[in-house]
Amino acid sequence: MTPASAFSNTRASYLAMALLLTLLCGVSLFVGTADLPWAGNWLDREALKILLISRLPRTAAAVLTGSSMAVAGIIMQLLVRNRFVEPGTTGTTEAAMLGLLLVTLLAPSTPIFLKMVIAAISALIGMGGFLLLARRLPPSQPLLVPLVGLIYGGIIGAGVIFIAYQADMLQYLAVWMSGEFSGVLAGRYELLWLAGAMAVLAYFAADQFTIAGLGKSAGVSLGLNYGQVMALGLLTVSMVTALVVVTIGMVPFVGLVVPNIVSRFMGDNLRANLPIVAGLGGILVLASDIIGRVVRFPYEIPAGTIFGVFGATIFLWLLLSRPARAS
Amino acid sequence: MISIRDVNHNIGSARILKDINLDIPRAGATAIIGPNGAGKSTLLNLVARLQPLQTGSISIDGQDVGKTPTAQIAKALAIVSQQNFVASRLRVRDLVGFGRWPHHRGRMGPEDHEAVDQALAAFDLLSFQSRFLDELSGGQQQRAFVAMGFAQGTDWLLLDEPLNNLDMFHARALMKRVHGVSRSGAAGGRQVLMVVHEINYVAAWADHVVALREGEVALQGAPEEILTSAALSGLYEMDIQVSEHQGRPLVLHHV
Repeated sequence: MTPASAFSNTRASYLAMALLLTLLCGVSLFVGTADLPWAGNWLDREALKILLISRLPRTAAAVLTGSSMAVAGIIMQLLVRNRFVEPGTTGTTEAAMLGLLLVTLLAPSTPIFLKMVIAAISALIGMGGFLLLARRLPPSQPLLVPLVGLIYGGIIGAGVIFIAYQADMLQYLAVWMSGEFSGVLAGRYELLWLAGAMAVLAYFAADQFTIAGLGKSAGVSLGLNYGQVMALGLLTVSMVTALVVVTIGMVPFVGLVVPNIVSRFMGDNLRANLPIVAGLGGILVLASDIIGRVVRFPYEIPAGTIFGVFGATIFLWLLLSRPARAS
Repeated sequence: MISIRDVNHNIGSARILKDINLDIPRAGATAIIGPNGAGKSTLLNLVARLQPLQTGSISIDGQDVGKTPTAQIAKALAIVSQQNFVASRLRVRDLVGFGRWPHHRGRMGPEDHEAVDQALAAFDLLSFQSRFLDELSGGQQQRAFVAMGFAQGTDWLLLDEPLNNLDMFHARALMKRVHGVSRSGAAGGRQVLMVVHEINYVAAWADHVVALREGEVALQGAPEEILTSAALSGLYEMDIQVSEHQGRPLVLHHV
């Protein structure tokens, strides 16, 4: 393949991604329990209200969640230099939940934005701890990193469950752990735009993240400010994780599956593939939400559950069909 | 010239480098040789600021490595470390393109594309420039990383055991290319500083040799002076015969 055709392939995938996303957004606006009443050829005021208060925010929330979580996933994979990690499998989500649980327990009247900030700080500490652990693992054993991440996350998660059980707050955990969009209304999801903004911000440092993924010596040789890139990455991942946990709840596997699919076809040059990662993340989460809305109509299945089923299957396929050395 | 002054380096209680005072001249290709554990890679890493200096100072053509901003050193010196594994799936052309990052820090300009083309051509990578790194053999990957260092366009190119894991064919081809870029010409004469174990590659391709032993500079000079039976036998503590082949030393260390 020549560079020119690689370029036009990138452009074609941008276009396909944008078309598919627009199409799904359109579908999402018109699928749901409430019928949109039509007045003549146009929607009447009631329908407009449903659209603006419920359907539009819900669609935006699904796209923002999917995009920002996929971006957080690929950034984490580059910083850890391992394909098989994401915030949800390395303790970052559990750490965010711990912060959120503690603030809900100790100061329940804290405004939501402050709760989010505390959850983000807690996620930051949790992810920092995992990075310190991961650094000590031999790079020749790529599967060790996700396994240690699962154990680390499991330990934090156990602490979270213990505290929640003691304080009789387990139902909160259930909400934070299963991402679902049926509760999204205008006025209750807007924090997610911040997650979207973080993902956009990450795009400006795309080259730096790609270089960090080449390893420390390549980064130093190219004069990369390693600490700065690490800090930006940590901030992006922990903010996105905390924002999603606070507003929607965890959608498992998005950060893991989406970057792996994209990498397979387009490689890891973030400057070219970050828009694709974000787009595909939005598409898959939105599609999961739409499926969740129609599969047992008029009841709903959480998007996180739908994505978990498909995501786990896709991830197993990626693991098994990939040569072992491609870590 | 790279000047190394009073450099000591300890790891725990082990003294890796002892009072190194060394000037590496702009001689073309300089090879650092010595037995295992002599401190060769540590010295190279210190020059390339991959590890912090514990004592002493190192300067590259007058720029102090410890005090100059890392982004500025990136325009004077490039290092290619040993690649144990490659986690990223980049196309060869993109990888080599990242060698230009210190110069543009954003979008590549026309002169960056030209430098990438030159590097791809110098290391015979044009035919795989659109392949992903994980679709290449170990030797091709190694070549791609050296080409990235070359594309960085620095006066100094540091190579840490570039021949590791290469077979005879690829080792010779890589040394030939490295030797080529150390000669002035269309590609510009680069100063190459490399750690090499295979002594006969040093004999054939190096212009200057620095021999380390137990953390100290044992010998330095032209290959014909260093690669003698007496000097090498002392350096490696084994009986080594040196013969001659086409005017270059031929070291018989394996029999």
